[in-house]
Amino acid sequence: MSPKNTSDAVLMNSVPAKPGKRFPMRLEYDASRTRSPWWSPVLSIILALLLCAVFIAANGMSPITVYEKMFRGAFGTSYGFTETMVKAIPLLLCGLGIAVAYRISVWNIGAEGQLTVGAMAATAVTIYFPDLSSFWSITLMLVFGTAAGALWGLMTAIPRTHFGVNELITSLMLNYIALLALDYVVFGPWKDPKGFNFPGSPMFTAAQSLPVLGTTRLHIGLIFGLVAVAIYYLMIKFTRWGYELRLIGANPTAARYAGIHIKKHIIIVMLISGGLAGIAGMAEVSGVTHKLMQGISPGYGYTAIIVAWLAKLNPLGLIITSILFGGLIVGGYSVQTIGLPSSISEMLQGAILFFLIAGDMIHRFRIRRSA
Amino acid sequence: MQDPSVEMRGIVKKFGSVTASDQVDFSANAGEIHALLGENGAGKSTVMSMLSGVYRADEGEILVHGLPVKIRSPKDAARLGVGMVFQNFRLVQSLTAAENIVLGEKSSFWRGNKWIKNKHREIEGLAERFGLKFPVDRPIWQLSVGEQQRVEIVKTLYRGADIIILDEPTSVLTPGEVEQLFATLQVMKQAGKTVIMTTHKMKEVMASSDRISVMRKGRMIATLATAETDELELARLMVRREVEITRQEREASVGEPLLVVNNLDVIADHGRKVLDGLSLKVCEGEIVGVAGVAGNGQKELAEVLTGLRTWKNGDIEFDGQPVKSASVRGAIDSGISHVPENRMKSGLAGRLGSVDNLLFKSYRSDEHSKFGFLKAAKNRSWSQALVERFNVKTPELDTPVQQLSGGNQQKLLFAREVSHQPKLMVAVHPTQGLDVGATAGVHDLLMELRSTGSGVLLISEDLDELLQLSDRILVMYNGSIIGESDHEHADREHIGLLMAGIQNKEASAI
Repeated sequence: MSPKNTSDAVLMNSVPAKPGKRFPMRLEYDASRTRSPWWSPVLSIILALLLCAVFIAANGMSPITVYEKMFRGAFGTSYGFTETMVKAIPLLLCGLGIAVAYRISVWNIGAEGQLTVGAMAATAVTIYFPDLSSFWSITLMLVFGTAAGALWGLMTAIPRTHFGVNELITSLMLNYIALLALDYVVFGPWKDPKGFNFPGSPMFTAAQSLPVLGTTRLHIGLIFGLVAVAIYYLMIKFTRWGYELRLIGANPTAARYAGIHIKKHIIIVMLISGGLAGIAGMAEVSGVTHKLMQGISPGYGYTAIIVAWLAKLNPLGLIITSILFGGLIVGGYSVQTIGLPSSISEMLQGAILFFLIAGDMIHRFRIRRSA
Repeated sequence: MQDPSVEMRGIVKKFGSVTASDQVDFSANAGEIHALLGENGAGKSTVMSMLSGVYRADEGEILVHGLPVKIRSPKDAARLGVGMVFQNFRLVQSLTAAENIVLGEKSSFWRGNKWIKNKHREIEGLAERFGLKFPVDRPIWQLSVGEQQRVEIVKTLYRGADIIILDEPTSVLTPGEVEQLFATLQVMKQAGKTVIMTTHKMKEVMASSDRISVMRKGRMIATLATAETDELELARLMVRREVEITRQEREASVGEPLLVVNNLDVIADHGRKVLDGLSLKVCEGEIVGVAGVAGNGQKELAEVLTGLRTWKNGDIEFDGQPVKSASVRGAIDSGISHVPENRMKSGLAGRLGSVDNLLFKSYRSDEHSKFGFLKAAKNRSWSQALVERFNVKTPELDTPVQQLSGGNQQKLLFAREVSHQPKLMVAVHPTQGLDVGATAGVHDLLMELRSTGSGVLLISEDLDELLQLSDRILVMYNGSIIGESDHEHADREHIGLLMAGIQNKEASAI
């Protein structure tokens, strides 16, 4: 197909060719270059910072000052840093789930909904079994949260494997269903009777809350995330399952010829993906908000897509990018004090993803001297 | 004698180390239907792709209407009035036929109802003139394959092509549609167009063309007037040997029956019967060659035997055991290995290194993994040993295999498939796209398998290869075996005719 993709530099030359009038370079498409270099995420971040600097400057502020303020807010103080980590936890868990699915090209964009149902299931434990011991509360909340997220993932997987329904659509649609179900329970059956009619479940008891570090809001969910990353790393690298995922990711046809059941793997991967997002939801209600309420997630499930992509699905990279994006969210709040909207951080997030994807595309072209 | 409208002189095209077109001369006249005949891989499509600007020739010159031209892109070709109808159509599924045809036209900015109506009328007129009926205002996905082809043809006509190339136009058509197509070609011919059609079907060539050029293995063999030749001569030209091929020396070592297939029926994805009462037998220590033109069920046969496809009726017995259902793992475990048709598409994972690619079929065994964990160090040394034994040239064990040469990729694939001592190997076009040295290497490996008592089912379109290696040759046509000969009596002309589906008396009386 290469001729279709060559640039106009080739096509410009009318027939018959006049010697000496040809453009000396041409672009050549090389579909085999699917892996972009390690520095492309770094370059994407730099370009995103430069692009957003233009907008900041247009608002009459110095980009340097703003970026410095953001960085200090996110990483400069111990309060800021723990807040960054608090945001990084759901990003890490959701991002990990997304990375597992993306490894075999299952495009799950439903982490937001999977997180939400996870949070709801964990809350259900506090409502229907209010008097359990601390151990049993947390364990049950974790199990229910994971199971609910996994089930939500399964609802994307089954239509894909059995009816060929595009998972992008089902997972996205299920997000809205989850969010509206959340609205229903916090306005309706689970509304706190002592909550002055504000939507939201009753506050969790201490037994229903995850332990935190000192006086900060940093909770033990961080350990969940790190353990999950470690397990994922080991599984991908050393197990038969990891090998099978690698094979499906690299060439699904060849995997089928090697006797691997791809449908089975899609289901497994979506269960894991949803389950991890469910854990993130459980950790949010139990560790941070201590009650179920509207807007339990400010878009963690979507931001996690960028986190996973920026990490190139690499488990160690995920830790770095989730902290980076946690910092971006916290930094966004801190620039509000100097009169910029916090949406500057969303703009940065979007710009990073834009440059990253553009980089992957551009990488497939080479500049060649015309023969 | 008129001047040719297209002339190609000394065209050379190489893909890596493989010469697809070797000093090809070709010419076609206005007002004639010129068939380019040859087996698959003979270089027909390559030569035509150079005329239509998809490829560029390494050497040689092209003259259109007597003027030397440089064709660098399909756009250049279109400007010269050369249009090509590809085997797989280049149509936008969601646009209507008319929209597809005017696609890319730059003449008008505003495209209101009136403009569209005019275009519809113009296209309908053009279509009617050439006897090409299709609904102009329906989206492509609603049209039959035959109708889609008509849209493609009208597209080239609409763009003012007077040299029209059709690449294997009949391969997708029903017999009725073929008749219609030929009628259209006659009209185009009357209109003074140059019609060039590539094909490997002799009957159609005889029925429709004025002149025939025969290609074989990248060379132009002969150009004949259709009226002065016959199918027998064409078959001879298509398959004639260039050099005396040396048969691989062998001892008779045929053992017990290994694979017995009886009356196998297979229905393809679109409900067509692709294998029709097929029966065959492969014994231990025997290479059975399956000859046939592509698309006669060879691919499906290989898929059934390797567990990738289910069958409707019939029995398969392997190694004394009846095979009950299609299972890839079952096939692998019972000792059937598979060298698939397209190694990079279904045989190897190009992004992964040699170790991962070698483990494909054996990673589940205790030797390579335990409790779900791969034995990394052991697998590495095992891979290293295989790479050395099969002489695969790779910079490192982890180098993505897509960076290896075709020959080394195939060696790696064979290393994997031979490493677990298969009882039966199903090899499909195992030397396609390989150069002479690599081909010889693959042949040696197949002979080695035979001498160790394994059975080989060799599916190939390369008759030389089949004659060289096979103990028996079966000819496949329309989903069944229509002829068989052992290697002492194998006759390439006879096989060539059978491949074309011709079973007349003079041919079968051998």
